Amino acid sequence: MIKFIIRRIIVSLPLLLGISFMTFLLITVTPGNFFDTLKMDPRVSPDTIAHYEKLYHLDKPLLEQYLVWLKNILKFDLGYSFYYNTPVVDIMKVRLWNTFLLSISSLILTWALAIPLGIIMAVYRNRWIDKILSLGSFLCLSVPSFFFAILFLYAVSVVGGLPLGGMHSVHAQDLSWGQRFVDLLRHLLIPTVVISLGSIAALQRVMRGNLLDALGQQYILAARAKGLPENKVIFKHALRNAINPMITLLGYHFSGLLSGAALVEIICSWPGIGALMLTAVRAKDVYLVMANMMMGGVLLLLGNLLADILLAWADPRIRYEQR
Amino acid sequence: MNKDKKPLNQFQAGYAVFVRNRWAVFCLIVLGLLYTTAIFADFLSPYRYDNEDRSYSFCPPMKVHWKNEQGALSRPYVYATSFSFNEVHRRIYLEDKAQKFFIRLLPKGDSYRLLGVIPWDRHLFGVDSPGRLHLWGADSRGRDLFSRIFWGARISLSIGIIGVAISFVLGLLVGGMAGYYGGRVDNVLMRICEMFMMVPGFYLMLALRAAFPPHLNSFQVYLLIIVIFSFIGWASLARVIRGMSMSLKEREYVLAAKAMGLSDIRIIATHILPHTMSYSIIAIMLSIPGYIMGESALSLLGLGIQDPYASWGNLLSEAMGIVSIQLAPWILLPGFFIFLTVICFNVVGDALRDALDPTLKVEG
Repeated sequence: MIKFIIRRIIVSLPLLLGISFMTFLLITVTPGNFFDTLKMDPRVSPDTIAHYEKLYHLDKPLLEQYLVWLKNILKFDLGYSFYYNTPVVDIMKVRLWNTFLLSISSLILTWALAIPLGIIMAVYRNRWIDKILSLGSFLCLSVPSFFFAILFLYAVSVVGGLPLGGMHSVHAQDLSWGQRFVDLLRHLLIPTVVISLGSIAALQRVMRGNLLDALGQQYILAARAKGLPENKVIFKHALRNAINPMITLLGYHFSGLLSGAALVEIICSWPGIGALMLTAVRAKDVYLVMANMMMGGVLLLLGNLLADILLAWADPRIRYEQR
Repeated sequence: MNKDKKPLNQFQAGYAVFVRNRWAVFCLIVLGLLYTTAIFADFLSPYRYDNEDRSYSFCPPMKVHWKNEQGALSRPYVYATSFSFNEVHRRIYLEDKAQKFFIRLLPKGDSYRLLGVIPWDRHLFGVDSPGRLHLWGADSRGRDLFSRIFWGARISLSIGIIGVAISFVLGLLVGGMAGYYGGRVDNVLMRICEMFMMVPGFYLMLALRAAFPPHLNSFQVYLLIIVIFSFIGWASLARVIRGMSMSLKEREYVLAAKAMGLSDIRIIATHILPHTMSYSIIAIMLSIPGYIMGESALSLLGLGIQDPYASWGNLLSEAMGIVSIQLAPWILLPGFFIFLTVICFNVVGDALRDALDPTLKVEG
């Protein structure tokens, strides 16, 4: 297993390198850099700009700039964000935590709802509850997340009771720890629900399909034939086998959350890395974009790896090493 | 799709299954209507996308009256609109009962080129100036939302089709080659694929957009968006096609074609790719919504189609300000059109999967 993990990581290193080079080219290939806007500002002397451009190697040829960045990244130095005027690491740390918070809460909500719903749909297959849930999931899958976010914000603005975006209230500093936690939860609610709706819809369909597959197997017939009560048949025999493939999805879900959350983050003004990426790209903040992109790639990689590991752990038939 | 008079081929058999699914047929018709309105948007909408009258800013949807003051049936008409300011200086629009504007068929209006060639200035319906007709209300600059949604359909709907076409050609070609040649070609092509798949799509989209100057003209942006989405979309398809073509190349008929001395390119094009067709058609149908939503997202963030031009995402960007929605809820309409299109594509795609791919059929 460990051998497999190490091999996977080694194989993906060139891919990460490729991504970083591609991103670097994309972001630097257009003429102009972050300091161009400052050059228009009469208060900033050309000397200062030249000084900073030299400091961050922006005056060097592209390839050299890239190599400098690469060398720094090996020393875990992600560079400096011009826009935020702080080291990239510092911003990324805060933003990554925020996104993580949002992702985890929506992950929990999704799985806590989608699995039971999927089971209900499969058990009451083709009854009205199954049909309603199927229709609901179909509708949810077809609404773009950004539109959901706008609709939710609008609904809240009419009804009231929840904050309209952001992460903390203005007066959060004055609150006690308990109140701050509640305040955070209230801010989390809309983006979490918006992100979860789509994935619940997708996941419950998969769960339903898996359970139906399992229920069609012969060991279920045998279990029923020997007179086991129906709930035991479903929960002890069918469910365990139906849930196996879902475990892989958990890993993929984890990696997909980052990208899926970006738009919702931006619309709900949640200060995560999705919103950060947009700002960075707009400001042409090279190192911030690079760090964001690499983070996205690494997390996707880890998610996929996690999926493979979970699968091997859950299913003894799968072994990655060759004997 | 029908080819010849031999026994039912896969597509003919699939067609029979497909038409039995009434919902799918209904959705296909809706899609047809949407695309038709997009093609004839200039004729069907009373105004051009950039026809604005600031005195109608956020004018609510106008009520079309069918009965005159005496209660008798009359030609449909709208009243003139006037506005006053309320206590917070917001415009309150009122019907001015003194002045009527009848809705006429084929009135003269903004000039355009029908189907891009025939110059014309008549529209399907409209009112004579100085009256204005805003069936679905107006946006902040007093442009007719009804017209703008129709015009926006042109961009939003065509991006999906063209983008999918390009990325599928790319995906089929790369996937087919990788699977057929195997070995080093396969290795290199697949690593490139993985590179694209390893970056979260949204980030790649932003980075690709950033690679081009922010102020392009609208047509350039339009092309750019198509290129970006094709760039993102081809990789996952190429991987699946590669797997298929790897197993197909071992088939006897491919070996026979090879033995007869057909060139590799011809074998791929005529003996391998056609067998991946049913998968591709399903995948095309199910991936168009992604393109439409992607364009909307990009335009929503202000990185896509720019203002005087209309696309559904761009129209929705006005709804990013919650105050605007409270003031004028009708600006949410473009979102419902996105939803309608996406759900229709999903239903049709699902039905196609049932019809064309017997192995993928899910119980229930």
